Amino acid sequence: MQQNRHIFLRNSALAMVGVGTAPLWLERALYAADAPSPRKKILVAIFQRGAADGLNIVVPHGEKAYYAMRPTIAVPRPTAGSADAAIDLDGFFGLHPSLAPLKPIYEQQHLAIVDAAGSPDPTRSHFDAQDYMESGTPGRKATNDGWMNRALPKDQGKVSPVRAVALGPVLPRAMRGSRPAIALQSIGGFQVRNAVAAKQFEQMYAETKDPVLAATGRETFEAVSMLQSIQRQPYVPANGTKYPRGRFGDSLQQIAQLIKSDVGVEMAFADVGGWDHHVNEMGPRASEGQLATLLRDYGQALSAFWTDMGDRMQDVVVATMSEFGRTAHENGNRGTDHGHANCMFVMGGAVKGGKVYGKWPGLEKEQLYEERDLALTTDFRDVLGELVSHHMGNPTLNGVFPGYNPKFLGLV
Amino acid sequence: MRKQAWLALASVFGLAAFPGIYAYADKKSAAQTRQFFRQIPNDQKIDQALNRLTFGPRPGDAAQVRALGFKKWIDLELHPERIPQNPMLAEKLKTLDTLTMSSEQLVRNYPTPQMVKQMASGQMPFPSDPERRMMIQKMVAKAERKQGDTDPAANAPDMKKLNEIFTPQQLRTLRTGTPQQRLAVFQSLTKDQQEDAIEAMPPPLRQNLMQVAPAEMRRRLELTAGPQQVVARDLMEAKLLRAIYSSRQLEEVLDDFWFNHFNIFLDKGADRYLVTEYEHAVIRPRVLGKFRDLLEATAKSPAMLFYLDNWQSVGVEAPPVRGGGNRPRRGLNENYGRELLELHTLGVDGGYTQKDVTEVARCFTGWTIDQPQRGGTFLFNPRLHDKGEKTVLGVKIPAGGGIEDGEKVLAIVARHPATAHFISKKLAMRFVADEPPPSLVDRMAQTYLKSDGDVRAVLKTIFDSKEFWSVGAYRSKMKSPLEMVASAVRAVNGDVDYAFALVNQVAQLGQPLYRKQEPTGYSNSGQEWLNSAGLLARMNFALQLADNRVPGVKVDSAKPAKPGDPAGMGLGSPEFQKH
Repeated sequence: MQQNRHIFLRNSALAMVGVGTAPLWLERALYAADAPSPRKKILVAIFQRGAADGLNIVVPHGEKAYYAMRPTIAVPRPTAGSADAAIDLDGFFGLHPSLAPLKPIYEQQHLAIVDAAGSPDPTRSHFDAQDYMESGTPGRKATNDGWMNRALPKDQGKVSPVRAVALGPVLPRAMRGSRPAIALQSIGGFQVRNAVAAKQFEQMYAETKDPVLAATGRETFEAVSMLQSIQRQPYVPANGTKYPRGRFGDSLQQIAQLIKSDVGVEMAFADVGGWDHHVNEMGPRASEGQLATLLRDYGQALSAFWTDMGDRMQDVVVATMSEFGRTAHENGNRGTDHGHANCMFVMGGAVKGGKVYGKWPGLEKEQLYEERDLALTTDFRDVLGELVSHHMGNPTLNGVFPGYNPKFLGLV
Repeated sequence: MRKQAWLALASVFGLAAFPGIYAYADKKSAAQTRQFFRQIPNDQKIDQALNRLTFGPRPGDAAQVRALGFKKWIDLELHPERIPQNPMLAEKLKTLDTLTMSSEQLVRNYPTPQMVKQMASGQMPFPSDPERRMMIQKMVAKAERKQGDTDPAANAPDMKKLNEIFTPQQLRTLRTGTPQQRLAVFQSLTKDQQEDAIEAMPPPLRQNLMQVAPAEMRRRLELTAGPQQVVARDLMEAKLLRAIYSSRQLEEVLDDFWFNHFNIFLDKGADRYLVTEYEHAVIRPRVLGKFRDLLEATAKSPAMLFYLDNWQSVGVEAPPVRGGGNRPRRGLNENYGRELLELHTLGVDGGYTQKDVTEVARCFTGWTIDQPQRGGTFLFNPRLHDKGEKTVLGVKIPAGGGIEDGEKVLAIVARHPATAHFISKKLAMRFVADEPPPSLVDRMAQTYLKSDGDVRAVLKTIFDSKEFWSVGAYRSKMKSPLEMVASAVRAVNGDVDYAFALVNQVAQLGQPLYRKQEPTGYSNSGQEWLNSAGLLARMNFALQLADNRVPGVKVDSAKPAKPGDPAGMGLGSPEFQKH
């Protein structure tokens, strides 16, 4: 009964918001009524745009061929006390030295790695491969929504206008679709800076005959009123955490703030670019150069998020992906060209970590994909599908990844 | 009259708004196709022409087009050399002196801190211009003084210094005064003091002064703050100024289109100095010419050779670098080869294979840059070229070739039917609709093939088409951030003295200029820009602009529709976001 009344209130209030007449107090009351309701499960997706070099991120140091194919840019085998060697994980794989901040999380068994994972589509186009990974339908260009949008659990009564949030100035492909999803550059800046104008704009967008602009306008203004309450207090990360400066650290800090403010976030997305290292991927040492710099920031940001979130990580899983891997051989310029399979990280309180998942295909010539790239043994949808199903509790996977039956690895 | 168009749009988008419902796809596309064969009434045609061929109509533009007749006006836009340039534009571009410099001049006159060091140690010549030389020498002296400092925190204000230069009263004014009051304090200093003050002050204050300073002083502020940044600032500001003031609007629209098609990321190393000449000498003169010429000019431009790494790609049999010592042998880099096929010509579905990518890359080995860090020029180095036989898209390129191997590739791909289709579709997306009718794209591709890739002819096919003047096309596209910002300033006849704040607005709306890292460039689909962050940024920009709160821009004609309403509601309205 109580539940029904809420649904009714929410729906009628939204209808009124739709025509610009809902009193603000009503809206607030609605979202406040059961804001601290049972905590929702949250999935944070991280996209490394540009095709990160998985073989130098999770280093197969037990593989001779790796060193043979990368005479000048291989990460050296683990050596006690060396900051320029791989950090051993299990005697065969090791982390890039710049990812040292992630090692403790791996040891505490909250970080899992899935290797030789990615999209089965053979494309080596950044654009197409990102598109396929975000739509969740490799090889199918006609899909016009994203897997994260489809993966949002079925609405149960009222839903938060910020249940799906992407950090950045544009809404990523993964989040586009029929359910409300917002792009947000900064929590503080997410408002119209003139109250009178805000009301009028809200009405204008509600009345426009362009249905897409009207819908986006409605989502926007609902989210604005939702975030008003948390805009005024400065955010202090917990446990003395310091996020690294820069866009990625910033994105993760704001995701942490949103989650901890209990405004109803269920899906969050952040991306980080600059992984397309065709030239001079590594500096004179493994801990130097372009990839090392990027990974340092990346590892620090993920580890800061972990520390800042504290106990709340029980509800959260972070999953990382990149459109494809890079050639197993280094190219002629101490870089790598576009390849195939990559690695994925899965981090969370409920994650069965401390293990490298996936079948290792090997790096001998006949084991390589098209004789040049790491072969794929785990479809990225196996990883994401398990998280959507077992973590988010959305059992309708054929709607999320149509035409594909994810095989779970037992990550959560 | 407009109502009809909105209804039509509603039916098109009504279905698009429920993605994932594939069953409706056929019905949807049939309905969409019909919209492209329903003509818009005559009075909307002027609006359509101005919306698509310019960065938005200014007050009075419609009357001018009407007087001339829109067919004649379009013909004129297709021949920009016949349109006298707006003298106001030249005036506004005057202080941005990097725009017409060669890359080599840019490196010398606007060096990075490392280059300043090299100049000091005699490894690099000082600038020829005496004033610049003096400035650099001062920088060298300063760098030497600073060497003892333990913490050279780049952007931290130097309070000790500021306290020496200013009285407490003056410092208070700098902190809390109006921009004009701050400027007065600053102008009361001697030139030397001013330079010390610029160095010592926090960057936001510096930026604040720039917004009100007269052009000449602004230049000095910029130079002292960091000469290498001036090159980027000039490029970005010029893009806005040209979009707003050029009387050759279609040329500007195409300059933006082609730069984006052959995108280069300004912040990739040497490209910081190469992009200016790239836009000025490679793109702009060829926006309405033969595609093949544009393609070849980009292929041979140091900017592209650097951005897509081809300058370092070397044939596997090439001898090791002389004096390279233990440096590893270089080899093939397929970055350019792939993007040439995927993004510049055939398109990702253009029917090429991984083998073709590698073969194309082999053909371009030896296409390199002479002294890339010094501004560089194109160089073909036969010693680095792979002289073996290659097969590209089924065409044999015999062994023993040189620079002609790459040129043959360009010829093959430039006249390939897949390229004709790919380029036509992209142009149609920019000028007609996010999902242009295939019938039009096919006709454009035919024109392309018949005219040997003549861009002007292909555009004429668009502007002569029924589809361009249709309900399906009219006001169907969401403006890109650049289009939104430029069209807003044009709509209110804004007077731009300093475009940097507008540049920042475009970035805030999601399209940092010259800073698209991926070679794809920005999407030509309006859909890309439709989201909550973008919408809010647009509304806030509209309010700021109309309220005269965008620094460097004066506006006086933005009267609110109803007295008492906030100004700028029109510019932030849903209707204004489309064109």
